Amino acid sequence: MTDVARHIPDRLDSPAARLLKSWEVLLLAVAVAIFIANSLASPYFLNAWNLSDATFNFTEKAMIAFAMALLIISGEIDLSVASIIALASTAMGAAAQFDVGVVTLVLIGIGTGLICGAFNGVLVTGMGLPSIVVTIGTMSLFRGISYIVLGDQVYKGYPSAFAYFGQGYVWWVISFEFVLFAALAVIFGILLHKTNFGRAVYAIGNNPTGALFSGIRVRRVKFILFLLTGLMSGIAAICLTSRLGSTRPSIAFGWELEVVTMVVLGGVSILGGSGSIPGVVIAAFVMGLVTFGLGLLNVPGIVMSIFIGLLLIAVIALPRLWQMWRFW
Amino acid sequence: MKVTRRLFGGTALAAMMLTGGMAHAQDPVRIALVVKALGIGFFEAAAKGAEEAAAELGNVEIIYTGPTDTTAEGQIEVINSLIAQQVDAIAVSANDTDALVPALKKAMDRGITVVSWDSGVAPEGRQLHLNPSSNPLIGNMIIKLAADHLPDGGQVAVLSASATATNQNTWIAEMEKVMGDYPGIEVVATVYGDDLADKSYREANGLMQSYPDLDAIIAPTSVGIVAAAKAVEDAGKVGEVNVTGLGLPSEMAGAIESGASKSFAIWNPIDLGYSAAYLAYELATGDATAEPGAEIPMGRMGNLTLDDNNEGAMADPFVYDSSNIDEFKSIF
Repeated sequence: MTDVARHIPDRLDSPAARLLKSWEVLLLAVAVAIFIANSLASPYFLNAWNLSDATFNFTEKAMIAFAMALLIISGEIDLSVASIIALASTAMGAAAQFDVGVVTLVLIGIGTGLICGAFNGVLVTGMGLPSIVVTIGTMSLFRGISYIVLGDQVYKGYPSAFAYFGQGYVWWVISFEFVLFAALAVIFGILLHKTNFGRAVYAIGNNPTGALFSGIRVRRVKFILFLLTGLMSGIAAICLTSRLGSTRPSIAFGWELEVVTMVVLGGVSILGGSGSIPGVVIAAFVMGLVTFGLGLLNVPGIVMSIFIGLLLIAVIALPRLWQMWRFW
Repeated sequence: MKVTRRLFGGTALAAMMLTGGMAHAQDPVRIALVVKALGIGFFEAAAKGAEEAAAELGNVEIIYTGPTDTTAEGQIEVINSLIAQQVDAIAVSANDTDALVPALKKAMDRGITVVSWDSGVAPEGRQLHLNPSSNPLIGNMIIKLAADHLPDGGQVAVLSASATATNQNTWIAEMEKVMGDYPGIEVVATVYGDDLADKSYREANGLMQSYPDLDAIIAPTSVGIVAAAKAVEDAGKVGEVNVTGLGLPSEMAGAIESGASKSFAIWNPIDLGYSAAYLAYELATGDATAEPGAEIPMGRMGNLTLDDNNEGAMADPFVYDSSNIDEFKSIF
């Protein structure tokens, strides 16, 4: 961005004022508004079990969104995540036909995710290819393999203990998926905001050349990020497969765009260099609450996508409009 | 337009719920008709049928819903929100036989009646499944369609999909079983168009050349029937050779108009939605129980008899001809 009138304030805002103007607080306000609107609009909304069910609308996607946020902050993107889910789920399904244990299934899911992530990472960092092109390619490749293996068939017959990951509850209404989502949010929050690795991710996103000359191993960091995205897709695949109890090659179709939407709504700049994990967490809740709330009113999915689209544009455009109005 | 209507419908519903909290004595039976995806003519017609059943039964509210595209994940989100609303029954045409099972089991655990229709759910995920028709009924219908226009008997040929197509082979086998009921009708050949328009067209032409006295072509496939009708038109044999079988009204409207096809059959989505809603109501109110051998009433469509898998066939395929094609050609 080249601001015509770059504004240099006489003094910085106080920390409290900065917090108030931050993206996360704006989003939080939106989330609270949606929550209140939902409670008013539907008598079924404020119910612990219903809210618990609603979290399944976003937990799996949000897990991937955390890794995707880091990747986008570093200036890259991975559009193959949904296809990695399909391939990992297919691999687990194939293994389940041989009566392997739950631990083996989990390792296969995670392993497939890591291999896919590494494949993307090698193509992007090793050969210097643009990530958007590479991952559009692997998006078709990974899901294509699933289609070849499965065709119009289905894998089922997962061991009953495997159902815990997607259908189990840790305590009362708190599902295993939600606990995993919360734990991963904390881990990724610390990784991005409290570690050298996290600072390196920001540095690379803002200026890769500068980062390289500052001694950051740019390619290695990016490779790790692709690996992480693959890993999270593998974990999401475990949860989703467990929740569905079966695998078809069309599993998680179209999720890559929902994950990217979640990341961008969370305040991560699509150009790289800025964004935060708390933002992505709140964005996950916003999207989950909007779809669930509209679902309770039986608003058709077509209208729901319009809502999500408008929300995305509004939340992104408003701060920009506010800036233009203030500095013009 | 439809979208706006739905949206306002949704808000109106919400307003109704807010203001109408005291109307407990007359709580309507809420039946959710969950379809593969919204915006498909076939399912819009089914919803119309469900509304018809609701009007007949009285005090029934139909919630017509479904995901934007035909995914199992989308349907699960819809089902979760229906569970949250504590609807009385869910009647679903499934995008995935197996993936919906955990979500639907949860619905049944919370006291919601679950039936599947059109495209079924595995037995553990529903109480009963409503098939639009059955193989014997279809096999009988395709030969009956041809025979009805041949009172003095005649030669008919079958134009099928591929030689390995399970559906078509089953229907043809069922047809052969009932040939005794149609004396004078002779099946002279069975050819395969592989569900490809051009190959089906060539095969239909071949039939007319090999059997100059051919009276009817039966194509139990929506691709074959359109191609055969085109072949008959192009050969100038309209009126001599009647094309019939299974087809879609939207694709067959031209053939009915030209006379190449006097009639054909396929399920009627309106009847299907009507029956699904009716069955869901019967089970939800406890008037009927889904168990093997049970006979459950479905209004003007008669009774549904359940087999060992708790599945049943609704009716004969519905016959479309010049009298009703205009009504249905815009539906599906």
